[in-house]
Amino acid sequence: MMENLIWGYIYPNEAEIQWSILIVLYPYITGLVAGAFIASSLYHVFGKKEVKPVARFALLTALSFLLVAMMPLLAHLGHPERGIEIMFTPHLTSAMSGFGYIYSFYLIVVVLEIWLSFREDIVKLALNSKGWKELLYSALALFSYDISEKALHDDEKLAKKLAIIGIPSAAFLHGYVGFIFGGIKANPWWSTPLMPLIFLMSAIVSGIALLILLYIASMKLRKHAIDHKCLQSLAHYLWIFLILDVVLELLEIISMKYESLEEIEIINRLLSEKIAFTFYGVQLTMGIFIPFILLLLAGIMKNRQTLKMIMISVSSILVVIGVFAMRWNVVIGGQEISKSLSGTLTYVPVFFSREGVLPAIIILVIPFIILRVVTYILPPWKDMEEESE
Amino acid sequence: MDISRREFTKFGCRVIIGAAAGTAIIESIVTNSSASENSPAGEYDWNEHYWGYVVDTRKCIGCGRCANACKLENDVPFDEPVYRTWVERYRTLKDGEVKIDSPNGSIDGFIDDIPAEDIKKAFYVPKICNHCDNPPCVQVCPVGATYETRDGVVLVDYDYCIGCRYCIQGCPYGARYFNSEKKTADKCTWCYHRITKGLLPACVQACPVGARKFGDLKDPDSIINKILDEERINVLKPDLGTKPKVYYIGLDREVR
Repeated sequence: MMENLIWGYIYPNEAEIQWSILIVLYPYITGLVAGAFIASSLYHVFGKKEVKPVARFALLTALSFLLVAMMPLLAHLGHPERGIEIMFTPHLTSAMSGFGYIYSFYLIVVVLEIWLSFREDIVKLALNSKGWKELLYSALALFSYDISEKALHDDEKLAKKLAIIGIPSAAFLHGYVGFIFGGIKANPWWSTPLMPLIFLMSAIVSGIALLILLYIASMKLRKHAIDHKCLQSLAHYLWIFLILDVVLELLEIISMKYESLEEIEIINRLLSEKIAFTFYGVQLTMGIFIPFILLLLAGIMKNRQTLKMIMISVSSILVVIGVFAMRWNVVIGGQEISKSLSGTLTYVPVFFSREGVLPAIIILVIPFIILRVVTYILPPWKDMEEESE
Repeated sequence: MDISRREFTKFGCRVIIGAAAGTAIIESIVTNSSASENSPAGEYDWNEHYWGYVVDTRKCIGCGRCANACKLENDVPFDEPVYRTWVERYRTLKDGEVKIDSPNGSIDGFIDDIPAEDIKKAFYVPKICNHCDNPPCVQVCPVGATYETRDGVVLVDYDYCIGCRYCIQGCPYGARYFNSEKKTADKCTWCYHRITKGLLPACVQACPVGARKFGDLKDPDSIINKILDEERINVLKPDLGTKPKVYYIGLDREVR
């Protein structure tokens, strides 16, 4: 069995794949977080009024996914109980050592941003409810009920400043994940300075696509009309970032093939045999080119809102799948080539195991449950529903 | 059960104090014993040495005794595909194809599965952690659990490693593995417990043909320095800038 999974010569210690599907999930989830946050800052920082309906919802989405971002890592560690040492005794030459700090900082930024943009609602809910709800919202309001015009104006100013800090930290959170791979000279498939940028662009793409899907789904569930201007605008940004994303991804492959260094033979083998389907098929064709064309058509078509909505949703679904394939191709693909450059091996995911497919599915479902709870406590629907009327 | 609150608190306090004291005692015993075993205490002064290793590929016969001795000496599980050292076989066939293999890390030796008349050139290459001067594994460890000693050996602190396996990814030579029992990264120590007592690493001692040599780079008369002075040597993947301290004689271009 093992023999069939191995081609050529791999170093004896490479028989076991070290980073499993959970480590595929980690950059995928942080990417969704960074992307959703950047989508919300289109309104909060850049004042794009068209995306206002989803701006606060995007923040809640970012938070829901951020809360689980650490889970795949902890589940993967040999000693999860020692994981906290990354924060207590970080070894600063390691790209990974920044994780705890960047993550915590970003979590604080997102929570503060949410608090500021929901403060008026929280105070109103606190004043208008009874019993445990009153207590909950009063606590959330930090027992400060000032919602005078001046106070709200100050909130808004502070929120904008925070979001300005938030953009580089979102970019950093995810760009740095790219560097974790991009900085590994031992692995020719990972080692490229483009990696942080590729990760960042695909993160933004996946975050916007997820937001589009969640927006459409929640409006359908709440039986409310969709604000087509908002949707169109999100689709437009998705399209732009798709272009940046594909340019970088192709640039990486083209320069690798053009320069044809020592590792090119094994890279070609990886691309043509190991990940041909997930790379050319899912990541590039399904995840980028088809959505690119669909979004382009949706952008130039007049009227026919329903058809456009379907095209945008299909594109978003494809993008979300395509970006997952991209993470897979990086994390798993990089481990399917031997560092001896003379062989390949195959990752076979297990379903029931600590690092198997089942925990991965569970970890991927939790953010949606969190989002349901968070939107119950802090309903963002008002912005989404009043605009369209 | 009928326990008063007072009794319960008393019992609880005892358990907590007992547990804390117990762990502290065990920990002090463990730290003491590992300190005397691993760290340079007593007569050994790690400032006086800087270790180096030479592999003479022209001498290796592929018997695999080194890989065997290593597993025995260092309790590396025999039933798992993990190796601190191994031997690779390179065979260039008459049609130009290069076949590389290292079945079970060479522990059971090699079988002649290709008729000799089809082979143009063949040789063995022993592999081991290079104990790099610029070790990428140390660079990428997020908690500093892997480190370079003053005498030039790259080690893992098993009580500190979080098991993220970033170092395994970072090693260009495939020299690291995941220890499924300790749940940490693991690797060759150049038999640090032996060399600090004046003994040779197990693999060097086991080699029947002297293909593996170990010695002190700080000692101008050591066997290592003699070879470095006289022979034309190379290291593995020199372009990666890792500055290995395992030097090879007779390294073929096919070897990576």
